[in-house]
Amino acid sequence: MTTYILKRFLQLIPVFLGATLLVYFLVFSLPGDPIVALFGDKPVNEAVASQLRAQYHLDQPFWVQYLLYLKSIFTFDLGQDFSGRPIAAVLGEVFPVTARLAIMALIFEAFFGILFGLIAGLRKGKLFDATVLVASLIVIGIPIFVLGFLLQYFIGVQLGWAKPTVSSAATVQDLILPAIVLGLGSFAYVLRLTRTSVLENMSADYVRTASAKGLSRFKVVRVHILRNSLIPVITFLGADLGALMGGAIVTEGIFNIPGVGNRLYRAVLSGEGPTVVSIVTVLVLIYCLSNLLVDLLYAWLDPRIRYDS
Amino acid sequence: MKGDTLNASVEIQEADVREAGFAAVRPLLEIKDLAITFATSNGDVQAVRNAHLTIMPGETVAIVGESGSGKSTTALAAIGLLPGNGRVSAGQILFDGEDIANAGEKRMIELRGNSIGMVPQDPMSNLNPVWKIGDQVRETLKANGLPSGQDDVATVLSQAGLPDAARRAKQYPHEFSGGMRQRALIAIGLSCQPRLLIADEPTSALDVTVQRQILDHLDKMTTELGTAVLLITHDLGLAAERADKVVVMYRGQVVESGPSLELLQNPQHPYTQRLVASAPSLASRRIQVAKELGVESDELLAPGDATVAGPAVADDVLQIQNLSKVFKLRSGFGKSTDFTAVDDVSFGVKRGTTTAIVGESGSGKSTVAQMVLNLLTPTSGKIIFDGVDTSTLNSKEIFAFRRRVQPIFQDPYGSLDPMYNIFRTIEEPLRTHKIGDKASREKKVRELLDQVSLPQSTMQRYPNELSGGQRQRVAIARALALDPEVIICDEAVSALDVLVQAQVLNLLAELQSRLGLTYLFITHDLAVVRQIADHVCVMEQGKLVETGSTDDVFDAPQQDYTKALLNAIPGARLMLPPEVA
Repeated sequence: MTTYILKRFLQLIPVFLGATLLVYFLVFSLPGDPIVALFGDKPVNEAVASQLRAQYHLDQPFWVQYLLYLKSIFTFDLGQDFSGRPIAAVLGEVFPVTARLAIMALIFEAFFGILFGLIAGLRKGKLFDATVLVASLIVIGIPIFVLGFLLQYFIGVQLGWAKPTVSSAATVQDLILPAIVLGLGSFAYVLRLTRTSVLENMSADYVRTASAKGLSRFKVVRVHILRNSLIPVITFLGADLGALMGGAIVTEGIFNIPGVGNRLYRAVLSGEGPTVVSIVTVLVLIYCLSNLLVDLLYAWLDPRIRYDS
Repeated sequence: MKGDTLNASVEIQEADVREAGFAAVRPLLEIKDLAITFATSNGDVQAVRNAHLTIMPGETVAIVGESGSGKSTTALAAIGLLPGNGRVSAGQILFDGEDIANAGEKRMIELRGNSIGMVPQDPMSNLNPVWKIGDQVRETLKANGLPSGQDDVATVLSQAGLPDAARRAKQYPHEFSGGMRQRALIAIGLSCQPRLLIADEPTSALDVTVQRQILDHLDKMTTELGTAVLLITHDLGLAAERADKVVVMYRGQVVESGPSLELLQNPQHPYTQRLVASAPSLASRRIQVAKELGVESDELLAPGDATVAGPAVADDVLQIQNLSKVFKLRSGFGKSTDFTAVDDVSFGVKRGTTTAIVGESGSGKSTVAQMVLNLLTPTSGKIIFDGVDTSTLNSKEIFAFRRRVQPIFQDPYGSLDPMYNIFRTIEEPLRTHKIGDKASREKKVRELLDQVSLPQSTMQRYPNELSGGQRQRVAIARALALDPEVIICDEAVSALDVLVQAQVLNLLAELQSRLGLTYLFITHDLAVVRQIADHVCVMEQGKLVETGSTDDVFDAPQQDYTKALLNAIPGARLMLPPEVA
């Protein structure tokens, strides 16, 4: 097991290098000159512009820029963004907000998705099942920005049940509505996955055997149906954590949340290579780590899976 | 009105019992006029009609029938575990006098485990893969209010014949062999000492020798505990050997029931008669088609060459010489251990005869078949087909070789392409080998369908529209398409119900005598060997332990292993008048 985890960590190195290189190249190839863009409508002062270019190494060829960037990472000095703030500080500011949002969304989708999916599966073909199936299809079918605006307007503005926008502190209370919006798509997916999985397990032979032992219905469901059904669901949830972190851009835009998505979007617009690459790299690492976590969870849930051999 | 007649019949029965001079013992389980209906999208389907059976305390009763006869459904109704769309639509299930046919879930949960236990069919799928064996026993004890400490669990498991039970209890199902899993399931079924045990094909997924051990142990335990057993099986021989009474079910109805031996010796219903006649475990002779046609099978020398006179010695169309196959098993980090699947096996197959290779799973018999088919390369040794070493063939010659040696595989569901209709399936080998034109190929397919007794209308149908037996006929027609000399049957009848199995075996025997085919028959089922083979090779763990003519091997087995195998055939020890078999 230890060697397996070690191997997985070693695999992170090429992933990291490849991701940074690719993202750096993409930002480098963006059309337009970011320094000129900084001047806005004002005339460009060539002296200031070339000084800025030198400061951000923009006058160097691509490879030099990339290697300089790698060097800055390994010396734990990520440099500064265009407003002169250290990128490390920016990361430290935006990631906790988005992590809070993503984890809240994950809890929401996991709890309600599994609960509704289980009930729907156990009552296949009944009213509850039909209702949540249709509802989940609608949720999956409607784009997140439409759902986001609808919920913001009705629940936030009209009913006043939750705050329609988020303060700069982005407290847990602020984030309830955005987390629901962010998690809705995955919630529908978790629900359907749980339902299918439960249905499949309900007709499994060992479930019938469990009933034949004289176990109560509750025990059969909890011990034999639920745990076995959760294996694919948990796999999905783990992988989804990474996706939620990266995919919060739209939600953060709607609710004006000072998180990763907002900052990344601004950095892309203004062509701040190092900022974009830093944010994306952290996202890539989170993605890789959550995948590793999923694989370990998987082995823990299903004893048939062993990574040693 | 109906209730009155039922009561009347009960009174009559009780009167009979009293008259017979016994104490009036109440039946433990009594099923009366039971009907079970399944709600499907095409409306209600009645799976069981007018079923009736009685089990006295401590008695073993077997329900025999083929798949789909309603035998399992009846048993599941008795423990209240019908699938969601099934329900008891009429009749009574009296357990110790209480009608539980439509009892509530709460009452059934009380009864399950400590009053009615169950040992299910497939040991591979009936244990939850994510829980330890011990946990799965413990929850049974706990649910029925019995002490459930580690020692109690170990005791239960070791009573079921599981060695080293305390340690084994900490293992997961996938670390158990099939036989051990079945022991664990028996342990679970009997852990709360129920008065009735429902054993649904408890050993049909296991090798014969393991099957015997498990059944013996089950017998012993239920006798000690005084448990009544409702045994569900498709094997009439097994039923007769293990049960006091046999109930025969056919298409959802009980067609006959009575004491085991009586029923076997004097079957009344035509279905039972057919079943007895074709039960492989009871048949004692090879199918004698060749002899009926007036030809001794040994005299069938060359295909289509019936003029060869005299008792000339048939040549070996296949010679297997010192054949071995070693597989490399990965054991982590570039290391590998050798596993010898086939170990120095030699035998010959005479033209126009049937040679059977028998063995349990893991004995290497299928590996031999694959090497003979040139699908696997031997590690050492030779396979000589018609005088030529098959390993020296180039790709063109292998192509020609395949035309002469054809396989029939076990699973008629998996070996036919579901996207091909039957015509295309049978025609494919002809097309591949560029034989004839379109019209002549169609004629050939029609002939082949005739030979395997399938109507020509089958041509336009697809495999999923055919029954298992029909599919296996299609597979045989496909194998015959190229007029092969040798057919390798790898468990070709194992997946079929007994009656269908008997039909297919008869068909194979008939084709052999007509076309002079040579069969190499791979099977785990000695009863089938008895019916089809002239020569037998018994394999155990990769080695050939005994070989000889079928009669010699069956009448005077030399090796202990062969004796054990023969002894393990269910019903082998039953003495039946020869005219029945």
